[in-house]
Amino acid sequence: MAELNTGDSGGGKDKKVRSKKQNSKVDLTAMVDLAFLLITFFMLTTTLSKPQAMELGLPDKEKPNEEDQNIKVDENRTMTIMLGDNDKLVRYVGLLATPVAGGAPKDFAYGKEGIRKELLSRKEAVLKYTGDPKKGMIVIIKPGKKSNYRNLVDILDEMAIVDVPTYAIVNDFSPEEIKLLEGNKK
Amino acid sequence: MAGKSSKKAASIDMTAMCDVAFLLLTFFILTATAKIPEALPVDTPSSTVQTKLPESNLATLTIGGKGKVFFDLKGREVRIRTLELMSQKYGVEFTDEEKAKFSLMEGIGVPIGNLKQLIGMKTAERSKAGQPGIPKDSLDNQLTDWVKNARIANNEANNANGSKEELHIAIKGDAKEEYPSIRKVMDILQDQGINSFSLVTGLRGENF
Repeated sequence: MAELNTGDSGGGKDKKVRSKKQNSKVDLTAMVDLAFLLITFFMLTTTLSKPQAMELGLPDKEKPNEEDQNIKVDENRTMTIMLGDNDKLVRYVGLLATPVAGGAPKDFAYGKEGIRKELLSRKEAVLKYTGDPKKGMIVIIKPGKKSNYRNLVDILDEMAIVDVPTYAIVNDFSPEEIKLLEGNKK
Repeated sequence: MAGKSSKKAASIDMTAMCDVAFLLLTFFILTATAKIPEALPVDTPSSTVQTKLPESNLATLTIGGKGKVFFDLKGREVRIRTLELMSQKYGVEFTDEEKAKFSLMEGIGVPIGNLKQLIGMKTAERSKAGQPGIPKDSLDNQLTDWVKNARIANNEANNANGSKEELHIAIKGDAKEEYPSIRKVMDILQDQGINSFSLVTGLRGENF
């Protein structure tokens, strides 16, 4: 294919010289075909990139009660995010019984237009309120029993995107919170 | 003369192309690490975080299929030592051959009693075997021991090399797995004082 045999188009003397030249050339087409086949094979069977990983640090489990007693947190700085089944997400700001203005329990969607907008605006509001960049927003994540792993990773990812200074995963639910998460499902 | 030259033009010199192709081929062969078949294939959720997992000093806990947990460990020496420690603890003997085979295996998801049988299988059989996962109940918590012994083995190996690196734990969960089964594994890790670990995720597009 690469070297077309021109055959006996020329005279007898000519032909002899040309055929000598052609012998020195090797048809590389098949070799190239083989090389590309192998390249394709190796590309498809190898993992080019190492898997991504998200670092997660959890608080020490030993003395949860002491922590609860000693640390008093301004409720204006906290936002609680509860994760339920079917990608349900409820958030409230401050305490559940007495939420901060505009922070009553509300459903949000995951992603750019949903919880991220809320997180960004809240983060700014908290900074304005405290006036101290070290006292930023605190987010409490409460994954419910029906929530799945994707929800947890999604919300942790939002924390990383929005750059929330402090966040924690908490597993205790008050009865009111369970009601909120499961009650208005319809 | 004119006809002859047009015939010549139809042939292309393949030498350069061949060179490039083999250069690429060499590159791919040298940089490649063969894809190890996973014992429990899971669909990891995606995130925008770009941190990479380390190549060594790593234990991976794969969670999927309604709370099944599989255990995987990097490093042949560490694997053999871990298996020895486990066999001491549970009184299951392994031959040197089985240890060597275990050091090259993919992740495992069987109780220690069935491990001998699993090691004896061929790779293709193993993936079809339907491994039940490592027991992690409070009565029979083998997962705790696997993690603990892996840490001991890893520290021994690192101390011999003069390095102080601790074993890194990664959790690789299926996206659809319910939170309680993930939490169970996190609790097991936290009971050992491991408060920091990685969650394996896939890559998400920039403008998520």
